[in-house]
Amino acid sequence: MSHTEAPSSGPLLKVSGLNKSFGDNEVLSSIDLQVDSGQVLALIGPSGSGKTTVLRCLNGLEQPDAGTVAFSGGPAVTFGAKTSKREKESLRTRSAMVFQGYNLFPHKTVLQNVIEGPVQVQKRSKADATQRAERLLERVGLAEKRDNYPHELSGGQQQRVGIVRALAQEPSLLLFDEPTSALDPELVGDVLSVIKELAEEGWTMVLVTHELAFAREVADTVVFMDDGVVVEQGPAEDVLRAPTQERTQRFVHRLLNPF
Amino acid sequence: MIDIDWTLVAESFWPLFRGGLTGTIPLTLASFTLGLALALVLAMMRISGNRLFSGIARFYISAIRGTPLLVQLFVIFYGLPSIGLTIDPWPSAIIAFSMNVGGYAAEIIRASILSVPKGQWEAGYTIGMSRNLTLRRLILPQAARVSVPPLSNTFISLVKDTSLASTILVTELFREAQQIAAFSQEFMLVYVEAAVIYWVFCLVLSMIQDRLERRLDRYVAH
Repeated sequence: MSHTEAPSSGPLLKVSGLNKSFGDNEVLSSIDLQVDSGQVLALIGPSGSGKTTVLRCLNGLEQPDAGTVAFSGGPAVTFGAKTSKREKESLRTRSAMVFQGYNLFPHKTVLQNVIEGPVQVQKRSKADATQRAERLLERVGLAEKRDNYPHELSGGQQQRVGIVRALAQEPSLLLFDEPTSALDPELVGDVLSVIKELAEEGWTMVLVTHELAFAREVADTVVFMDDGVVVEQGPAEDVLRAPTQERTQRFVHRLLNPF
Repeated sequence: MIDIDWTLVAESFWPLFRGGLTGTIPLTLASFTLGLALALVLAMMRISGNRLFSGIARFYISAIRGTPLLVQLFVIFYGLPSIGLTIDPWPSAIIAFSMNVGGYAAEIIRASILSVPKGQWEAGYTIGMSRNLTLRRLILPQAARVSVPPLSNTFISLVKDTSLASTILVTELFREAQQIAAFSQEFMLVYVEAAVIYWVFCLVLSMIQDRLERRLDRYVAH
């Protein structure tokens, strides 16, 4: 893929003291995270634990009440009442989100979905953007769908277009918000294998997922959240196989033994 | 048995039809175009999140929807001269009708924009777009499809409402009918004929609306 940046060490993203409330409801409380370049971080936890909100804060879709988000090579953005809109939105260009519900543009073809950002925002020429989009689509096996509209595709195909759309922004960080939760079980594999390939190519990503087996396979770090706090984090193998916190143990046990 | 004076029907057809072509239709098109532009601005003000803008738009929409179109027309044509502002019949009619359409269509456009799922805004933001660019490139095209049926209703209402312009001396279909009726004293015949011509205009417009809806249909999520 066009991503040539060699996986280097050092943090690509550093998050500290992230707080977020919706009204009286505190959904995030002092979240600290670090993602190294080329690493995959999986956020797991029960629904309502705040993991999606963390992801949305990283992409500027949600504004934290307090805390700092810093990408390497960019200014650290400290959130508070005085944070300017421009500062908050500066985060957006560093990452791109793959949504649970795909959120493709229904009035645009697959190709148009992918080149919209490169042409309109990055001001690439249409020919250049199209060429890159075609290469990416080919990589996920959707080259021949370029002129189809999203509603003509299966959920799995739509999500792969969603991934290509995110890749086309050339972000330093890919964010996945439960990318397979809306899919029929038989379509999950196609999407997961694309994500796995991207991980192997050295893309840095944060992945919110309920697929623990998948998290164990692709993630370097696993962060377990519950009730708006980080309960436990560490190497994927450790957190998933031998969690030290009781809440993590219960969660992992429940997901691995549902009946 | 009613005796129909077919000669009068034939003779009055052309003046009535011409009244439609040179009065009703241009009046409708001009007022609707300007009204839509105004409506778009009002809808933007309503969803801007700015209290002042949103308040002004709400006030305007409420005033327009809460008062009769005929009264609005009279205020502009007969009322304004007494504060020193005299406007000719045609521009008066266009101003009144477009202000009226603006008020009604603003709510339609606003509702159509709100009907586009929030995820579409977020998808725009995640590919780096600003709010304005997202609105223009992604939200409005989708909102447009949703707004075609209700806006078509507004348009068809407007075709018929332009007959009110006859009260401020604009020569359009209905004013022609009044003149022919007064002259011939055949009120029933002439007014029914005028009604039929309005009806035909509206039928043609409904067919165009149908076409437009079907063409835009493929742009919507199913």
